[in-house]
Amino acid sequence: MIRRGLLLTLEIAVPVLLLAGYAVWAARAQSFYFPPLGTIQERFAQLWLFERVPDDLLPSLRRLGIGYVLCVLLGVGAGLLLGVSRVVQQAVQPLAEFLRALPAVALIPFGVLVFGFGDSMRIFIIVVGAVWPILLNTIDGVRGVDPGMLEMARAYQVGRWGRIRGIVVPAALPRVVAGMRTSLSIAIILMVVSEMVAGRDGVGYFVLESQRRFAISDMWTGIILLGIVGYLANFLFVQAERRLLRWHRESKGLAR
Amino acid sequence: MVEVAHPGRWPRRSFWLGLVGVLVVLVTLELVARFELLPARWFPPVTVVFGALIELLPTGDLWADVGRTLQGWALGLGLAAGLAVPLGLLIGSVEPAYRACRAVIEFLRPIPSVALIPAAVLLFGIGTGMKVFLVAFAAFWPILFQAVYGVQDVSPGVKETARAYGLGPLARFGRVVLPSTLAYVATGLRISSAIALILAVTAELVVGAAGLGRAIVTAQTAAQVPRMYALIAVTGILGWLLSTGFHAVEARLLHWHPAQRKEVLA
Repeated sequence: MIRRGLLLTLEIAVPVLLLAGYAVWAARAQSFYFPPLGTIQERFAQLWLFERVPDDLLPSLRRLGIGYVLCVLLGVGAGLLLGVSRVVQQAVQPLAEFLRALPAVALIPFGVLVFGFGDSMRIFIIVVGAVWPILLNTIDGVRGVDPGMLEMARAYQVGRWGRIRGIVVPAALPRVVAGMRTSLSIAIILMVVSEMVAGRDGVGYFVLESQRRFAISDMWTGIILLGIVGYLANFLFVQAERRLLRWHRESKGLAR
Repeated sequence: MVEVAHPGRWPRRSFWLGLVGVLVVLVTLELVARFELLPARWFPPVTVVFGALIELLPTGDLWADVGRTLQGWALGLGLAAGLAVPLGLLIGSVEPAYRACRAVIEFLRPIPSVALIPAAVLLFGIGTGMKVFLVAFAAFWPILFQAVYGVQDVSPGVKETARAYGLGPLARFGRVVLPSTLAYVATGLRISSAIALILAVTAELVVGAAGLGRAIVTAQTAAQVPRMYALIAVTGILGWLLSTGFHAVEARLLHWHPAQRKEVLA
């Protein structure tokens, strides 16, 4: 009991001390690059509650949302199709592996060339960079389906669609979801980078622009905001995953 | 993907099928360009891109850029590993350390590494230091989480057995915890290697640090489209080589530790 209390104190005390340490140091040092906490907090409230939300945050989230949904639809759809046939899957695998290994940011100049500097370029970059983990994991998941189950379903006259919905999808789902999670963090990175390259709006653009204007406090508020976006996106994902995969954890005896 | 080990049969078939797949796509792209189904100034034929690549190969520029990108990748990844492995071992084995760091980690981890680009430019300028910092920040997390997970995943039975055989704490750490954790660290390194390359190229592309990323932008703004595609292809091949290399090293070093290894998603 005492041990638990001590650990909890430690868990709370360390971040508090770090923050306090920064506050004291920044107030004393008058560093140009590290403004006092109060200043950052003030600017954060001025900028992001909620003045610039429609100008910068919402466009970013819209691109992220559209791009990510496209990734999921394309990745799962193509993965299901490709996973069903071993021949096609083996023919596509090296290409998919290559495109996954290609750092997607390298395609930004290509996107600019073809799509110009608008939203479609940014969404294209998100899709082309973040679709691979979902696609490859879906193929993997489909290939990992127990063939015996499929045989049995066929013997019981379950139709093709019924087999896909009843056996293939549930069996592949844990892998697919794992891919979706990797894909989400890649999508956020690409959202930010694509806005930094010749952007007009978006949080990524705001952060880079603030740095160029030497509005250092503004820059830090943008970075903190992106941290919050990343945190919330991950949090929501984990919540959704728990619901979606509850049966899976229970069947593996992992339920809590 | 687990390939069933039929020596010389399945893998060979998958190799040929893969080759066919690549060739089909390349030929399609070539035909699309030759018949101008897509705007020709944006989509040059594959053979023209290949020509640009052949032209690039003997020039020192290409290799200098590859070297600069790899340098940022290597220094950043090395720095990340040097910090993350000891910290992960510590956090994983000492609970107070874990609790003390948890909140800070939870706060720092979700920051998309690229969001720090402007801050990195302020603090380190636009050279190698900035690139290394960004790469190291991004590559740090997967290694850290794999290391922590690896330490915590050592089976209690094995630890008890080692204790029963009279191994001291140091010997237990060195002979039981460390080898088992190394398997996870190797996986973390492989994941981080890919992220490190992304960050290195991003730093070059967005900020203009020298390397492949900047070369691609330069080719694009100069309207040297085939050259741009050739450089993108080089970047892809580099990424593919690194990932294949890490897979191979991982498989060879850790063949004794196959089934237990899992990727924890950072």
